[in-house]
Amino acid sequence: MILKRGKWVTVSLLWSAPLIFLLLFYFYPLGSILKISLERSQQGLISPLIDAMKSPLPWRILGFTFWQAILSTMLTLTLGLPGAYLFARYSFRGKALLQALTGIPFLLPTLVVAAAFNALVGPNGWVNLGLKQLFNLGNSPIQFTNTLAAILVAHVFYNTTIVLRMVGDFWSHLDPRLGQAAQMLGANRWQAIRWVIIPVLTPAITAAALLVFIFDFTSFGVILILGGPRFATLEVEIYYQTISLFNLPLAAVLSLLQLACTLGLTLIYSRLAKRLTIPLVLKSRSVTQRRLTTFRGKLMAGILITTLIILLILPLAALAIRSVTRLTSDQNQPTSTSSGLTLDYYQELGVNRRESAFFAPPSTAISISLGYALATTILALSLGFPAALALSRDVDSPFSKGMDAILMLPLGTSAVTLGLGFIVALDQPPLDLRASWIIIPLAHTLVAFPFVVRSLTPALRSIQPRIRQAAVVLGASQGSVFRYIDLPLISRAILVAGTFAFTISLGEFGATSLIARPEFPTVPVAIYRLISRPGEINYGQALALSTILMLIAGAGMLLIDHMRLGEIGEF
Amino acid sequence: MAILSIKDVSKSFGNTKALDEISFEINEGEIVALLGPSGCGKSTLLMIISGLEHPNKGDVLWNGNSLANVQPHLRNFGLMFQDFALFPHMNVYANVAFGLKMAHLAPNSIDLRVHEMLNLVGLSAFSKRDVNTLSGGEQQRVALARVLAPHPRLLMLDEPLGSLDRNLRERLVIDLKRILHQMQQTAIYVTHDQEEAFTIADRIILINSGRIEQIGTPLEIYRDPASIFVAQFLEMTNLIPGIIQNHDGKTLAISALGNFPVDTSVEGKANILIRPDMARLDDDGLIVLKGLFKEVSFRGSTQRITLTINQIPLTFEFTTQVTLPNLDTQMTISLDPSLAIKVFPSS
Repeated sequence: MILKRGKWVTVSLLWSAPLIFLLLFYFYPLGSILKISLERSQQGLISPLIDAMKSPLPWRILGFTFWQAILSTMLTLTLGLPGAYLFARYSFRGKALLQALTGIPFLLPTLVVAAAFNALVGPNGWVNLGLKQLFNLGNSPIQFTNTLAAILVAHVFYNTTIVLRMVGDFWSHLDPRLGQAAQMLGANRWQAIRWVIIPVLTPAITAAALLVFIFDFTSFGVILILGGPRFATLEVEIYYQTISLFNLPLAAVLSLLQLACTLGLTLIYSRLAKRLTIPLVLKSRSVTQRRLTTFRGKLMAGILITTLIILLILPLAALAIRSVTRLTSDQNQPTSTSSGLTLDYYQELGVNRRESAFFAPPSTAISISLGYALATTILALSLGFPAALALSRDVDSPFSKGMDAILMLPLGTSAVTLGLGFIVALDQPPLDLRASWIIIPLAHTLVAFPFVVRSLTPALRSIQPRIRQAAVVLGASQGSVFRYIDLPLISRAILVAGTFAFTISLGEFGATSLIARPEFPTVPVAIYRLISRPGEINYGQALALSTILMLIAGAGMLLIDHMRLGEIGEF
Repeated sequence: MAILSIKDVSKSFGNTKALDEISFEINEGEIVALLGPSGCGKSTLLMIISGLEHPNKGDVLWNGNSLANVQPHLRNFGLMFQDFALFPHMNVYANVAFGLKMAHLAPNSIDLRVHEMLNLVGLSAFSKRDVNTLSGGEQQRVALARVLAPHPRLLMLDEPLGSLDRNLRERLVIDLKRILHQMQQTAIYVTHDQEEAFTIADRIILINSGRIEQIGTPLEIYRDPASIFVAQFLEMTNLIPGIIQNHDGKTLAISALGNFPVDTSVEGKANILIRPDMARLDDDGLIVLKGLFKEVSFRGSTQRITLTINQIPLTFEFTTQVTLPNLDTQMTISLDPSLAIKVFPSS
């Protein structure tokens, strides 16, 4: 579809701000760091690259990265698809709450996730403590951390909600008549699913699986903290090579490899996400959903819901409970521990102990984080809105398809690389931002930006031009159309997008850990520092902060879900 | 001979009773219309006959055998939905072939049958087309071909023309009738449109709020509506209250418009229907009425007028051959009571 000239102008104008932002704060830092890592080598530009590529290390790591991502994705689908079916086809009591709770993991920073799993199945976690008491054991029977299992379970924990929402949402609007028509033509239940339902669902399933794969592929904190030193993916290896070994050429090669892979994956994803708009007759949920009536149905639903709760909600509960529990072990009987409820850890947050690494009590990290989150939300919305507007007006051109893929790039880029790029690139006027507070919201905006655009675009696309035309014919100017028609119709989407930006900013750790000033810590940074220091009190404070972060993320998710009722959106 | 029997079928959704002890029979090769206003339960009845829903009470029998334990995909009943429910990921050929594929027919047989069906509905050149690009009428015909291909013992059509424009509807309903009769297909046709039902059906079952109001051929029903609901549904709106009394051996219906001799023995309160299609524009009938000529609307082959008699607005229909006086003038019409008056006792 060839755009009219006037439209071209509008679209270009709309893209200008987001593009400039990406150029300055994504491509420029990225380019700088790659340039510097290649400059460091004495033998010139190309050969260290070639040397690094010849060594088996990058390819081995790439292999493992793919392998764990594929395993994680398949496991996530195994839990997510039946769950999506349950949410799509049935209504039951507590469904809204369950949906919101299973979404919380997605917004949690990896530190909190690690802490939560630690609190549940770590060496001193509830399960091990209970087993030790029950069977009078000396050692913790369950070894969870530092295993591949821990990585896989944590990935499923994070990403199941993507499948539940993307596939479940789409499925819930599928016309039940399709399955009924198949039955009346002689297909039994399984044949109907195989020949009709699954083919129609495939774009949604593939898009969800791809997104999950991308997140697993670029996973950092989970591999680092829960997997331990035995496992390295591309992202983790970039971190080690950069921070510990200063082998920048190798880090550069790894970064390039990762970028190439994620670029390819996001291009495929953009294509597929478009196909979600197959001309299906989409029905409202009141038509497609029914209550659970048969015993068999209730049993299966019960098993599924229990699994979801155990996997997705129990760790969070363990974390919250652990943060208010003081465990003391008895000196004479090392197998027994007594516990008592306490709010000490929370109270400690407000106290600035002398040997603290902060110049202020940890509780100030909360207000700092909130401030940054607010700035990020404003920035991300100001940039994301014009981008979404441009995408919604100009749907089919290769230009917008390309822009769509470019927008997803920050999602797939190593947070360490981004953080380092900021430090390296933004050290000269007019962009000497290293000392400025705004550098953090800028980094957060990079990460939150794709989510904002993804939330706004479907809503903007769904405003039929007919409605705008009706307003114009009734005498509304362009500005009035925007104010009275567009804005109210997408106010919900704006709220959802803003909440995404806010909660992502709150939980961002990878890039922030590199660029945050020590006297202005964010909550994730504070948690990390507290966890790295020995002592029950420090650990307890870390748990307390984690719980607070989890509660805020949970509230955010509940708000998003409340606002999204009835909308068909992408994730 | 009766091949499908519905016996005392009742169905409730929560507190709403959708069907209340429905019983009727359908003969082989017959086209029966289920006619009624929206929400009267006709679609629910189709779902029960097809096996996609289960009745709370009652049974569905085919050839005398109960279908209670027979699953929908094993009944060999065809069901065509109002919005067609074509499979969006398959082309026309694959859609039509689906039922045959489920029956495990050989590819050659499938091919033969699909082309036969596409020919029947006039879409022979469409077999490779993407169903999402078809017009409403074309989609309807693909849906019809699809549902007919596996030779269903019973075909059910749920408002199949509902989403089409009027001209298309009128053409397609005649096409449908021809195709169904040609194949001697037993069919149930659900609609809320009286004209459609009258055009296509051998017999009509009128349903209101889950209950049967009348069963009969179109002519029977039109000539002799069984209740006020049926009369009103057929747009016979001239209903006035009255009292039936016996006077010297003659039964009279006494109303605000006069006293009419009627042929019923039930005395007491009643509603009196004056048929709109039985008036003559002269003054020598057994009953003569004078009124103010208020409105006229042209309905193709008839003119429909409103006559206000004793402040009661009445509707009458005349052919277009009849010359009407000027509006807002007095008009005289004659009625023959045995043809034009029908009484519905209030009991």
